[in-house]
Amino acid sequence: MSIKFKSAAGLLALLPLLALSGCNMVVMSPSGDIAAQQRDLIVVSTVLMLLIIVPVICLTFFFAWRYRNSNANTDAKYDPEWHHSTGLEVVIWSAPLAIIIALGAITWISTHKLDPYRPLERIDAERALPAETKPLVVEVVALDWKWLFFYPDYGIATVNEMAAPVDMPIQFKITASSVMNSFYVPALAGMIYAMPGMQTQLHAVINKEGDFEGLSANYSGDGFSHMRFRFHGLQQGGFDEWVARVKQNGTALNRDAYLKLEKPSIKDPVRYFATVDDGLFQDILNMCVRPGQMCMSEMMHVDMMGGAGVESHENRQKLEYDNRHAGEEAPGATHPATGNAPRSEVPAEGVEGSGTPAAPDMNHNMNHDMHQGHSMPEDGQDGPAPAQLNTNDSTQP
Amino acid sequence: MFGNTTLTQFIFGRLTWEAIPYHEPILVVTFIAVALGGIALLALVTWFKLWGYLWKEWFTSVDHKKIGIMYVVLALVMLLRGFADAIMMRIQQAWAFNGSEGYLNPHHYDQIFTAHGVIMIFFMAMPFVTGLMNYVVPLQIGARDVSFPFLNNFSFWMTTAGAIIIMMSLFVGEFARTGWLAYPPLSGADYSPGVGVDYYIWGLQVAGVGTTLSGINLIATIVKMRAPGMTFMKMPIFTWTALCTNILIVATFPILTATLALLSLDRYAGTNFFTNDLGGNPMMYVNLIWIWGHPEVYILVLPAFGIFSEVVATFCGKRLFGYASMVYATCVIMILSYLVWLHHFFTMGSGASVNAFFGITTMIISIPTGAKMFNWLFTMYRGRIRYEVPMYWTVGFMFTFVLGGMTGVLLAVPPADFVLHNSLFLIAHFHNVIIGGVVFGLMAGVVYWWPKAFGYKLDPFWGKMSFWFWQIGFFFAFMPLYVLGLMGVTRRVSQFEDPSLQIWFIIAAFGAVLIALGIASFIIQIAVSYLRRDQLRDFTGDPWNGRTLEWSTSSPPPEYNFAFTPVVHDHDSWYDMKNRGYERPLGGFKPIHMPKNTGTGVILAGLSIALAFALIWYIWWLAIVSFVAIVAVSIAHTFNYNRDFYIPAETVTETEDARSELLAERT
Repeated sequence: MSIKFKSAAGLLALLPLLALSGCNMVVMSPSGDIAAQQRDLIVVSTVLMLLIIVPVICLTFFFAWRYRNSNANTDAKYDPEWHHSTGLEVVIWSAPLAIIIALGAITWISTHKLDPYRPLERIDAERALPAETKPLVVEVVALDWKWLFFYPDYGIATVNEMAAPVDMPIQFKITASSVMNSFYVPALAGMIYAMPGMQTQLHAVINKEGDFEGLSANYSGDGFSHMRFRFHGLQQGGFDEWVARVKQNGTALNRDAYLKLEKPSIKDPVRYFATVDDGLFQDILNMCVRPGQMCMSEMMHVDMMGGAGVESHENRQKLEYDNRHAGEEAPGATHPATGNAPRSEVPAEGVEGSGTPAAPDMNHNMNHDMHQGHSMPEDGQDGPAPAQLNTNDSTQP
Repeated sequence: MFGNTTLTQFIFGRLTWEAIPYHEPILVVTFIAVALGGIALLALVTWFKLWGYLWKEWFTSVDHKKIGIMYVVLALVMLLRGFADAIMMRIQQAWAFNGSEGYLNPHHYDQIFTAHGVIMIFFMAMPFVTGLMNYVVPLQIGARDVSFPFLNNFSFWMTTAGAIIIMMSLFVGEFARTGWLAYPPLSGADYSPGVGVDYYIWGLQVAGVGTTLSGINLIATIVKMRAPGMTFMKMPIFTWTALCTNILIVATFPILTATLALLSLDRYAGTNFFTNDLGGNPMMYVNLIWIWGHPEVYILVLPAFGIFSEVVATFCGKRLFGYASMVYATCVIMILSYLVWLHHFFTMGSGASVNAFFGITTMIISIPTGAKMFNWLFTMYRGRIRYEVPMYWTVGFMFTFVLGGMTGVLLAVPPADFVLHNSLFLIAHFHNVIIGGVVFGLMAGVVYWWPKAFGYKLDPFWGKMSFWFWQIGFFFAFMPLYVLGLMGVTRRVSQFEDPSLQIWFIIAAFGAVLIALGIASFIIQIAVSYLRRDQLRDFTGDPWNGRTLEWSTSSPPPEYNFAFTPVVHDHDSWYDMKNRGYERPLGGFKPIHMPKNTGTGVILAGLSIALAFALIWYIWWLAIVSFVAIVAVSIAHTFNYNRDFYIPAETVTETEDARSELLAERT
């Protein structure tokens, strides 16, 4: 009797699945080729595993029913000493092994093929990518709690809205200003973490026109729930119009404007920037937008050259990016107690008022190789290490 | 540190009246309820003059059986707290649509999901597992206690101290708003300046001492204290899984301790291990915490596998199929669990070869797990299955767990993980394996061993009610989350914009209500069984026709477990002894050497709470005083030479004769 209940429970569980046809499962019906391949992988893996899962579930219920105590008088054999069978043991280890070998092969191949750092080779299942196509570059910054998109080819930037032409490969370069986020447009492609001081990459293409949702998939604090943006897939003409609209309605994004924008805010409206300061994205990535900050690339260059001597002690303040223990009071107790929001806006000590802007564009030689991993800001220069870089009055080495 | 502070600041650190959340109505109501309940409980204990009894017989006890029971009580209390968090999240998510912000602001909601994860893993599942191992393992290997009885008591109280520290954050200050693994830089001093993350750190550090020491203790017990004749390959499967789990604990908890220590250095001393700037690297934290975190999953689930193995063999009336392959599968899982941690962050961009490597190692774990599943299956084959409540949980587990296992392997394919990571699909997956595996196993274990611990069976009707509510409730609560995950909904979101999602969250909330009924049925089951204990009483000590040594002694077992240490010839030793016509020894008893109770564990744990509280609130004088006191008490304890005694032979004879009489009456 219990077994009947059991299968009833199973059916109940399946009922919601039957209703699925009515709902919009974006992961299962995406609009971008990368996401579509990822969806196919989900389907193939699931079917492969069902080859072994379905028999196991059926056998479980069958054995549970057939060998029940109340069935003792029928032909169900009882053999309390039967506990070993070499043949069966070989089967129960090798059947899952066979499935895993198949799945492992698929995994190895697909992981390489769908590596987010790998430039695209096709537009969709039917069309290969013409050899000379240059991808649309979009630089993404996860701010507290909104998204900033740079279009370096067009010299524009937007907040909480982005667009891309249909069938045009997109190369995302992704970083964050304060804490970890994850850049995710379910209709377009899988997610990748956005991390401060580091750059991750994603290659994708959108194949259908439409208005899609993008979001942060990694919890980042108070405003996280609303850290969403619209992703527009447009025809080339529509995209050009969109760029024109940004240029027409946009303001200027210089370093001051960025520092204001960077401050925590929730449910930000869409914003357009018609012009963007040179090298702003690189400076965000190197955590040196604020005047007087030393760029991580400079620091890494110093380190690469063997590091500086005791005088590098002076660099420390310029490298303090986080607002650690800023101000007089100790780090606030509870949030309501001190009113100290989790993101203090007090600037780092000693970096204010130095007056001289950070050196613009320090030969940021970002490495675009596919398997660079997190391209930490790097600097390709060689030569002896200068004792100090970016001091207030020194010049570029 | 001491400059420019007023006297109040010196005395109270950063603790002020403002830290008491009287402005949060939900917390005020909770506090009143907890306070009233607490006062009522204390009044009852005082009224019935139970303080002396509790202190002498329980709190200071070094008896592994009583400590095991106390662990499970702790786990059940924390289950209620963790589940209250869960149902609050379910209500919020079903509510906050169409511009509504629900009833929880992000500041509160974010604490709740962090607390839910931390409590369920560290203070529900861990003490539950440790409690069952504590109770059962010495009995299964024919030992009189664990290797280090005082350490056992101390471990329990440190775990409890950790739980108390976490619970304090509810009413004094706040808890972390970071997610249960507190990834920096969000959990660093810059982005979480309050006390929340400090509560998290010190709660886990204090409890971690207990967990690590109890791991050492149980390894020593299993390796050194098995009954004569019980070679490793004759150990019961539950003891095997306990051994593997404790090896994992000892090997991985130090990593957690070190990781949290580095994070606290960042927060307290201004170092830069995990900061964004000055060479810090948050990715290092994510790696370290998962090098602990993935084995932790197996720490929880391996003993559950052990319980199912015992239950399935007992209730099928049959030897476990493929004992040796079960043992090897357990050991393989133990080793492989170290080699998969990166699958928790494929989306960090480690590169295709690294991701593929960790994806494939993860899939390989499913091979021994699959073998285990088949072993249980073929134990049922040609068995004679008695459908007692533990067997319900076992069949429910086999069905539910394979689904969770399947979605787990799916998530191990890196490109698939890119679209499913951090989504509600992932949430559904790990609840599927943790509820379907760990919780079902623990429930089966409680019902299975309850008659051993208390001398009467649990009421089967309410047991079955509990099972069905849990089983059906699980599907209602988590199948919608699989769907939502495929709709691109991610975790830790408290407000939604897309109205088409709402129906799924309402179904999930309904499922959570069913699970609540399951928990209620479980509590009713215990209450009803206590009231009906005379009808449900078991005089034989072997109510299920068991197969392992714990069923050879009385229920509940005498303080010394076994009057004579049993001699083992085969695995399923008790079944073997029964088959060979084993006769209980009736005379010739000798005095039994036993450890003496001590209050040191309680005192040290109390001082640890004071130390943690002081560190959380920057009350430096208290930190120094309590730290010195901990060291002093520890040293003083080593001079306590009065730590053992002999149970006289006459007492043993009396106890055993009383049992002989009982057995004679029944036959």
